[in-house]
Amino acid sequence: MKLTKIFLFTIPFIFISCGGAEVTEDLTEPLDSLTESISNSEEPDESSENIGYEVGDIATDFSLMNIDDQKVSLADYDEAKGFIVIFTCNHCPYAVAYEDRIVALDAKYKTQGYPVIAINPNNPDVMEEDSFENMKIRAAEKGFTFPYLLDDGQEIFPQYGATKTPHVYILKKGADGNKVEYIGAIDDNYGDESAVTVKYVEDAVDALLNGEEPTVTSTLAIGCSIKM
Amino acid sequence: MRLLSVTLILSFVLLACDSEQGPSFNRNPKEVVSEFGIDVEAYDYENFKPFLNQKDDQIHVINFWATWCVPCVAELPYFEQLGAEYPEIEIVLVSLDFPKKIKENLIPFIQKNTLKSEVILLDEPDGNKWIPQIDPNWSGAIPATIIYKNDKSKFYEQSFNFAELEEAIALFDN
Repeated sequence: MKLTKIFLFTIPFIFISCGGAEVTEDLTEPLDSLTESISNSEEPDESSENIGYEVGDIATDFSLMNIDDQKVSLADYDEAKGFIVIFTCNHCPYAVAYEDRIVALDAKYKTQGYPVIAINPNNPDVMEEDSFENMKIRAAEKGFTFPYLLDDGQEIFPQYGATKTPHVYILKKGADGNKVEYIGAIDDNYGDESAVTVKYVEDAVDALLNGEEPTVTSTLAIGCSIKM
Repeated sequence: MRLLSVTLILSFVLLACDSEQGPSFNRNPKEVVSEFGIDVEAYDYENFKPFLNQKDDQIHVINFWATWCVPCVAELPYFEQLGAEYPEIEIVLVSLDFPKKIKENLIPFIQKNTLKSEVILLDEPDGNKWIPQIDPNWSGAIPATIIYKNDKSKFYEQSFNFAELEEAIALFDN
């Protein structure tokens, strides 16, 4: 009888002492607080962080060569209400996974005043697959209906603050220029379009078309770092 | 009699704890993919988190990479070298390859390059959910690396060479 009691009392204790408690405790601790605590005690991080646009900034225009050998600027689009600017490229599997969805975005929103403007930010000398010639080939294969521009000299993507492909900037045309309304991912599932639950870009453009502010203005996704 | 049973139970407790090996958490992969005698465990973010939070006085190097990521592949040899020269450091290479391509791309890559470090795959398609939890400044570009020991942790969105890795590790020696 006594033995049974001791067992009943001890068994839960064994369970807790052998790992269960340790792990749960760790999980509740937010990682970023750990990072913060260390960053105070050390040299400041690279000053290159947080450059580029934030939501609310006015985005620069550009004049970049399109795959039809004509230069394209945002100013060329008299009728547009805004733009879906997407930094993307040929070589990155994440970008490739989104190609059809980018074509679909242009099909849906160009007529409503928000055309897609795709920009390849990579240096073709570093990534041959992203050369201007290969951009033309890929655009033809996939039937791109939008400009696919080369950021020749790589002066535009750093101003926007793009760090990877694909990386979307939704701009709304206003009296003082093209205002950044959304920065981030196209949707919440790169790998499986049928499993997408939130279409970040569509939601943001729909809101703007309704005269509202997008509810989600920035998201993060994994992408290929821009090749310099 | 009572003393004996308590002693018995206590020794059982000690034994049970001692017999645990490897990481101090119970691994709970959503899938294990095997090919050519190589196993790759795929985790969702919830079950991946314990890899980032081991309080075991060891330095842990967690590198986010993918087979198709050129700068990631270029720096892998330095992580392998680190593992060889510092066996006390735990290195985990977290692949962000497409989960459907584990057999086709990832395992053949591990085999071809005879990777010694542990490779796991993070299968969590909505980066927006977990990238900010790894580090508030991470844009989501790879390669990216976390180095931590107990409560001290540092995040790097950059490529490493071996000297830079050694420098980063040195911050954790105390």
